Amino acid sequence: MMADSSSTTTTIKGPSWSFNWVGRIGLGIILFWALVALVGPWFSPYPPGEIVDWDFFGPMTGDYWMGTDYLGRDIFSRILMGARYTVGIALAAVTLACTLGVILGMVAAVAGGWFDMILSRLLDAFNGIPSLLFGLVVVAAVGSSIPVLVLTLTAIYMPGAYRFARALAVNVNTMDFVTVARARGESTPYLILREIFPNILGPVLADLGLRFVFIVLVLSGLSFLGLGVQPPNADWGALVRENIEGLSLGAPAVIFPSIAIASLTISVNMFIDNLPTKIRDRSE
Amino acid sequence: MTEPLVSVRDLRIGATTDAGRKVEIIKGVNFDIAPGEIVALIGESGSGKTTIALSLMGHTRTGCRIDDGSIRLDQSDITTMSERDRMQVRGTEVSYVPQSAAAAFNPSKRIMDQVIEIAAIHDLMPRAEAEKKAVELFRALALPDADTLGQRYPHQVSGGQLQRLSAAMALIGDPKLVIFDEPTTALDVTTQIEVLRAFKSVMKKGGIAGVYVSHDLAVVAQIADRIIVLKGGEIQEVGTAEQILNAPQHAYTKQLLAAFEPVPHQPVAPTAQPARPKPILEVYDLSAGYGHMRNGVPAAKILKSVNFKIERGRNLGVIGESGSGKSTLARAVAGILPAYQGAVMVDGMEQKRDLKSRSKEELRRMQIVFQLADTALNPTHSIGTLLARPLTFYEGLRGKARDARVAELLDMVHLPAALRHRLPGELSGGQKQRVNLARALAANPELILCDEITSALDTVVAAAILELLKELQRELGLSYMFISHDLSTVEAICDDVLVMYKGEVVEALPAARMSTEATHPYSRLLISSVPRLDTGWLSGLEQDPELLAQFANR
Amino acid sequence: MPQSLQPWFLVIQRLGIALLTLVIVSFAVFFATELLPGDVAEILLGQAATPEAVAGLREAMGLNEPAISRFVGWLLGLAQGDLGNSYVNNMDVAELISGRLSNSLKLAGLTTLVSVPIALSLGIGAAMWRGSLFDRIVTVLTISVISVPEFMVATLAVLIFAVWLDWLPALSYGVDVSSLSAMLKAYAMPVIALSFVISAQMIRMTRAAVIETINTPYVEMALLKGASRKRMVLGHALPNALGPIANAVALSLSYLVGGVIIVETIFSYPGVAKLMVDAVSTRDLPLIQSCAMIFCVSYLSLITLADVIALLSNPRLR
Repeated sequence: MMADSSSTTTTIKGPSWSFNWVGRIGLGIILFWALVALVGPWFSPYPPGEIVDWDFFGPMTGDYWMGTDYLGRDIFSRILMGARYTVGIALAAVTLACTLGVILGMVAAVAGGWFDMILSRLLDAFNGIPSLLFGLVVVAAVGSSIPVLVLTLTAIYMPGAYRFARALAVNVNTMDFVTVARARGESTPYLILREIFPNILGPVLADLGLRFVFIVLVLSGLSFLGLGVQPPNADWGALVRENIEGLSLGAPAVIFPSIAIASLTISVNMFIDNLPTKIRDRSE
Repeated sequence: MTEPLVSVRDLRIGATTDAGRKVEIIKGVNFDIAPGEIVALIGESGSGKTTIALSLMGHTRTGCRIDDGSIRLDQSDITTMSERDRMQVRGTEVSYVPQSAAAAFNPSKRIMDQVIEIAAIHDLMPRAEAEKKAVELFRALALPDADTLGQRYPHQVSGGQLQRLSAAMALIGDPKLVIFDEPTTALDVTTQIEVLRAFKSVMKKGGIAGVYVSHDLAVVAQIADRIIVLKGGEIQEVGTAEQILNAPQHAYTKQLLAAFEPVPHQPVAPTAQPARPKPILEVYDLSAGYGHMRNGVPAAKILKSVNFKIERGRNLGVIGESGSGKSTLARAVAGILPAYQGAVMVDGMEQKRDLKSRSKEELRRMQIVFQLADTALNPTHSIGTLLARPLTFYEGLRGKARDARVAELLDMVHLPAALRHRLPGELSGGQKQRVNLARALAANPELILCDEITSALDTVVAAAILELLKELQRELGLSYMFISHDLSTVEAICDDVLVMYKGEVVEALPAARMSTEATHPYSRLLISSVPRLDTGWLSGLEQDPELLAQFANR
Repeated sequence: MPQSLQPWFLVIQRLGIALLTLVIVSFAVFFATELLPGDVAEILLGQAATPEAVAGLREAMGLNEPAISRFVGWLLGLAQGDLGNSYVNNMDVAELISGRLSNSLKLAGLTTLVSVPIALSLGIGAAMWRGSLFDRIVTVLTISVISVPEFMVATLAVLIFAVWLDWLPALSYGVDVSSLSAMLKAYAMPVIALSFVISAQMIRMTRAAVIETINTPYVEMALLKGASRKRMVLGHALPNALGPIANAVALSLSYLVGGVIIVETIFSYPGVAKLMVDAVSTRDLPLIQSCAMIFCVSYLSLITLADVIALLSNPRLR
């Protein structure tokens, strides 16, 4: 089987797979931040937690490229380190949420019946809690730590991923090729993995991207409220919070973390909106 | 000769594909339409017939544009007009009857408001007058309850009536030219007749010129004065309806006509195998339906106590209109929709009703092939993968042996072996349906259930698939259960025919003598409603109006 | 069942589901806050947590009863308007909330009044002139606003209106609201910030809903009848898009719930959200629970409203 499916890659890929330039810029920025999150902290000019400047809310200088924060720490170094928290936590949460949601969604679509109904009802009920509020309550209850943040964000976004994947899988499940496979006598795992999954993969990946944006936004929001990543560590949202006092001074310390967040989320949106039509074909 | 109403000169229409490539879809077309004349544009999908028809209104679908040439309609030059001027022409000079009236009516507005909208847009007459005129048109189109029909919403009216209402909508502004875009394709044959009759009489009465777009020569023969045969955006042949039907000049026209005339089916002589008296398929008292089960009976009963048998090597046709339950029959036999009552026996052995309880071997012997190859083939699997899976699944074939068998299967359905690396999306409709068939053959079945497998294909392609089915039957000793709404297709391949109506078998007949031996009133109505390749067929046709009222899905 | 009753049956079904959801949500809120954080009595007593004192307080607060009966008691109390007492200052929670709630509702109401008309006209306009410069500008702006966190929108608003232009005060709290202009100034910043967040969602969804109906055969039919672009969009597409648009409005308004938490915090606006965020930092559980329920109920009502509108506007069910 594998030998056969690999042969499909030899087919000529139509020009409709190509990206336009907006999508390429988006992809470029995403890859840049991914790289920064991976190796960035090794290139930071100062230790991110160390007070290096006696002046707080310092301006941009040759020594401190993005100025210094309310304690006089180097913002550039802190943003490099913050990338690891923001991108890392969001990526972990979105991967968990989508993997769980997509698997459960496909199983529910194929199995139907009671399993589908109870799961759908329960997760729909979960969708009835505003996401930021859920984060607030959980953090109030158990306190904030990185595993708690990842799990909370996963819990917030899993029902949506489930709903999305289930809707797609229900559509594919009614297609004749699935009926043919079923009439052939194929097992449910085969139906899910070989017949349904490849046909929902494109939209699911696009959905994953959008969900990533939402997670970055909620994570930043939580950190901004002081409920996300805890000091002395800081993700980008926490950096904005720490330095919000500098806003009236026009300090770069509050502007650069904001730019970092916006550049990441906007570029993901640009990328998703300009995906080749073949992938973007979403049912929503 | 009088000045023609419409003259099209060297019309070229280009399209930009999703990939940004530019293609020419209409390649220099010339024709005229005289006042009061009905001209048919006939061709297969992709021949450009609808594109040409829409261009007469100065409209092109998204991604298309008129590159060159001229279209003159009466006094106005459509091609050079501004969009604002075209708006003035649409509805008053030239109007449009769509393929699916059900989709072309705005679901949230009353029918009357939509029918008289042209009068309102162009300020042709006061509302009261327009409504009066609409009611007259409803009467002329033989619509029931003409006085109150306009007060309803589109979803409260049947498909055949909506189609006639869309003609009323087109005629309200007294246009000089009406464009009919496959207006009866979505209708059942018994409904089609009434609609065609209504169209023909109002067009004749008003002396209005028309363009009738269709893929169906027999339908076109009833209504058109002249026929233009199109292929690949070029005109192949132009002639009067009589001439095209009786004395075609162009090879393609001949091919179209040949595909239309079914080659009578020669029953396959029983092969010299030891006498096996058991029929390949027997069905007793089979009932199935959808919805919530209560006391073992579903809420919506579709199939009601169906009985029949298929002898080995013979083919059974199942005919009926939409809603007759013919597809449900195939699904119930295959176990996809478990029957709630009755028995299915293959080769004398009773099958479990639900396919999950059937053994692999039982499933292998009976394969089902669906109408739309587009949805029946997983778009993410290569042709090779699609054909290899049943081989692995049923016979455990792997590696070289399997590859060889895949090549063999492709050869059996007359496809090149190189196609195995392609994805279904890269194949033509006919090729896809061949792959669909080959996948069923991969299971080495004894019986194939064919559910409308030629209905979505162009006539010539469909005829070739029928030939292939016959050839495979000779070579492999298969039996087919052939479900179709198209009588000539069934005639071409089947030995016996079941006529279905509302979930019941009303009559079983030998296929070759269908038209002469039918006794049940519905079978007679259905058989007599199939258009013939004869320009005088519709005018000469006499049907019992009571029969129509009783059975037609209006 | 007669066809005319079917939509109402579905509506009642939706309301039933919403009620059930509310029970599940309250269950989640109660147990998340009540069971997870360890011993409430110990937290409350803090330094003075001698075993005897803890046991006494537990007894007094009824914490020794099984969780499920406390949950039922809490739920019944909620239904009767008894929200319990604050742990921190022992005040009646209902009293603490009531004043704040009207403040939050004022903010939400003003935001709705400002954003809905603007968002609808921009969304419909963008759909009507799809692909035009106007459409592209609107699209880029909405994507940008959606892509950035609410606090950034608010921060930018502060930066522009309070710091650079010095038109408006950055904080709402303690501002003199006796005169109209002063009140306007107090509300302006939070309302502007919230409106941006809500409108962006609404514009996007409205535009999509109208474009979807423009791409239908009956709108093409209207074109072929000679209808103008205006008539096609306003006469044919819009009536059929009303349901999806109303749905989009209700859904977008549910974003208010999240946005209000951030915006009230930033501007120190004395609303329920600010109260809740403060309660989180002092771990005042009864207050957190009540505020959470208020948010959940308003959020649920809005998304249920969106669902019901979508159901009732389906012409095939009418």
